[in-house]
Amino acid sequence: MPFRVAIIGAGVVGSAVARELSKYEGFEVHVLEKEADVGWGASKANTGILHAGYDDDPSKFPMRARLCRAGNELWRGLADELEVPVRWCGSLVLAFDENERRVLAELLSRGRSNGVPGLRVVGTDLVQKLESNASKEAVEALWAPTSGIISPYEATVALIENATENGAKLHLETLARRIVVKDRRVVGVETDRGFLEADAVVNASGIFGDLLSGTAGISGFRIRPRRGEYFVFDRDAEPKVGMTLFPAPRPETKGVVVTQTADGNLLVGPNAKDLGEKERESTETTKGGLEEVWREASRLVVGLPPRSAAIRTFAGLRPEPDRGDFIIEAYEDPSGLVNCVGTRSPGLTSAPAIAMEVAKLLAKGGFRFAIKGKWKSRRKAMTRFRDLPSSERDGLISKDPSYGRIVCTCETVTEAEIKEAIRRGARTLDSIKFRTRAGMGRCQGSFCLAKMMVLLSRETGTRIEDVSVKGKGSNVVLGRVRDGT
Amino acid sequence: MRRSSAKPSLWVLAVREREADVIVVGGGPAGLAAASSCKEAGLEVLLVEREGSLGGILPQCIHTGFGILETKEDYTGPEFAEMLEKRARDLGVEILLDSYVSRLSQVGGCGASIEVLSPRGVETMRASTLIFSTGCRERNAFEIGITGDRPAGVMTAGTAQALMDLYGLLPGREVVVVGSGDVGLIMSRRFALEGAKVKAVVEITRYPGGLTRNVVQCLEDFGIPMLLSHAVLEVRGRKRVESVVVSEVDEKQGPVPGTESEIECDTLVVAAGLVPEAGLLEKAGAKIDPLTGGPFVNEFLETSLRGVFACGNVLVVNDLVDHAVEQGRLCAMSAKSLIEGTMRRPSAWKRAVPGENVRFVVPHLFSGDRDTVFYSRVRSPMRDCSLSFNEIDKEVRIRAAMPAEMVRVRIEGSLLSGVGEALTFEVRGWPKGKRG
Repeated sequence: MPFRVAIIGAGVVGSAVARELSKYEGFEVHVLEKEADVGWGASKANTGILHAGYDDDPSKFPMRARLCRAGNELWRGLADELEVPVRWCGSLVLAFDENERRVLAELLSRGRSNGVPGLRVVGTDLVQKLESNASKEAVEALWAPTSGIISPYEATVALIENATENGAKLHLETLARRIVVKDRRVVGVETDRGFLEADAVVNASGIFGDLLSGTAGISGFRIRPRRGEYFVFDRDAEPKVGMTLFPAPRPETKGVVVTQTADGNLLVGPNAKDLGEKERESTETTKGGLEEVWREASRLVVGLPPRSAAIRTFAGLRPEPDRGDFIIEAYEDPSGLVNCVGTRSPGLTSAPAIAMEVAKLLAKGGFRFAIKGKWKSRRKAMTRFRDLPSSERDGLISKDPSYGRIVCTCETVTEAEIKEAIRRGARTLDSIKFRTRAGMGRCQGSFCLAKMMVLLSRETGTRIEDVSVKGKGSNVVLGRVRDGT
Repeated sequence: MRRSSAKPSLWVLAVREREADVIVVGGGPAGLAAASSCKEAGLEVLLVEREGSLGGILPQCIHTGFGILETKEDYTGPEFAEMLEKRARDLGVEILLDSYVSRLSQVGGCGASIEVLSPRGVETMRASTLIFSTGCRERNAFEIGITGDRPAGVMTAGTAQALMDLYGLLPGREVVVVGSGDVGLIMSRRFALEGAKVKAVVEITRYPGGLTRNVVQCLEDFGIPMLLSHAVLEVRGRKRVESVVVSEVDEKQGPVPGTESEIECDTLVVAAGLVPEAGLLEKAGAKIDPLTGGPFVNEFLETSLRGVFACGNVLVVNDLVDHAVEQGRLCAMSAKSLIEGTMRRPSAWKRAVPGENVRFVVPHLFSGDRDTVFYSRVRSPMRDCSLSFNEIDKEVRIRAAMPAEMVRVRIEGSLLSGVGEALTFEVRGWPKGKRG
């Protein structure tokens, strides 16, 4: 009998755990996700930074300090194995006065004790050489050459694709209501689609982590939403900031950063606004929040584009644990529960290291790990027509003419890529968007929306009026016109 | 970084090549008119269109109002598009559909080379002249600063129109429309005709953006309320739009605190202006006018790239298709004269510049050697006024000038030749407002 693990939540953490466990013999891995696709909570709405690991004080936040540093290292191999776009661009923390210079000195010594390589404080001349768009007002900067930028949604998709290829089962639009415990042992998860029996449950439910943990009788911590808002600019927008620029951090946040996404968009954000316990889905942007982001960002960079040139604004919620540190624990009562929550920043960076932690905790329960003989470590990325040289584009078109039909003209996404995304599991317009970038450009889908609806309907055999943006209750249209067929 | 970048030396060898006298990029009304006129003038022309059909946005504009100046008759969008297409086909214009121009560059100091992606493969095409008629796109909800949730049910007017009139789908039942330009007005009526309830048309300025005729026929006849000096601030709804928050705005178009109210609806249609799709031109090095968003052009409608011309909504957002067609024809004539070596450029161009209550003037440069048609728009509405110039003795009376209506004026070469460096376009009160 295989050992059955139910992972609640297909964010980057849950997906990394699924990928890790799917390596080994003897596991049957199930991932429960309430949304219509993976990575739609905190995982898709963050800055995408792979932090170097100098931020967290190991005496206060030992998990964060250790796993961030380890995760940064692990992503180097993983991004390659899973073919996820990543830029190892480095970052600069800018100091504008004496106080902030002292903060840099602190970060430097903390980074060194965390084992962060290559960290150094640099003066204005070198700052300008490293990033010519950095503010001329900065007196000094902490340069972290190992900091990177990854596409966080693509990372999550890649992890889950690799996990499912190795046997994990993904259950979308399946809401976990309760972790069920009998005789001090976890026995399964009650969902809105029925009961899933399990020998162990990994609670990676992000912002809902404390609530689900509570259903298994483990309380004693709370997760609070902390909202961050962002501006995204067109890939053609200037300035092209090569390095991630941070302000000196405050206790609650690393601050508003200016960076370039893995796909090449200028990205500005986030602020940090603590929300009430009930506001766990309050991902709305606000006028005040965006103004704050803009003010802060303007300090860091010379010559930001006008705010009106932003092609999208968005907000995400970080799951902030009241204990401060990540909560990655197993228990004697109930046994079989592994909490994997409070994964605020640097959760994305730490995800692969967190996954190994979870495996270790399961091993303590007596499970023996042996890598499957036919385990596939690699996942193949989607075709990215946009990034190919013309000769390769021509070759693709001659094999499949639908590569010659450009559906999203802003981002040069072809019909063949959209069909590939659908073949790989996309069932909503947002799923296609996050896999292919169709609709992510300056027109935000106004030209390609209808065409994508037609493709989605045709390829999946659903009625066009049932096509949704993001699953149940988000249909694009509400019916047919009166004289329609 | 895994992604590879293009290697020019390889792709030139791998792809097929084509040549022509003129390449027209974009098969909407301006491009179709340009291509037909080129063909009529005896030029070898290639029309490259990214969609699978011609006509640009016209096929989804099922209302009338098209072609009145050109034909003296009032056609619907699809009808007018069909006429333009038929003419091009009858003349034997070579048309490449499903053909997306991925790259544009100037070659040899005149004309251009383009890379075209299509189901045929990757092709390069060269011509000594190129007419750019790629149209425009719509501004989206984020660009006009709407905050809040990001649910299904927020869409541009053009998307809503395409869903309804190309695909037979109903985008919403309870609708709020942002923007009272003609696009917003016509889409409000379109929704009303389908039995949807249009709860409000929200306009940020103090006056309606569209033609008075459309305000009457599209809103008043259907009992649709218009909220002037109002803005949509926020969208609410997790999955699908549930409501929007609107408020009054002050002189600077900022929200007035305390005037917010919530309107329940399932759809927000954004009709907040159009932006020329001039990205390829800009990347190729053409100078862009920040006032129009389109390229700087001279009286030949030639951009700052020699032999590259622009017409239609990529040049300047038109309100009448007839003007786009007229611009297309002028581009064709210019291409012909350039190819035949009869194009006479002045040693120094004179500039057409916007002055009092004028937002832009196109074309930007003129020689004074010939009659020239200029297009401009006023900044704010004005009654009993005139378009006038300090530099020349000409005055065109306008009964009611409004930003929605392009001011088109033809100025005689005999007058233009007398202009020094610049000609300033001003719209002022008539007849007393004229300055000496």
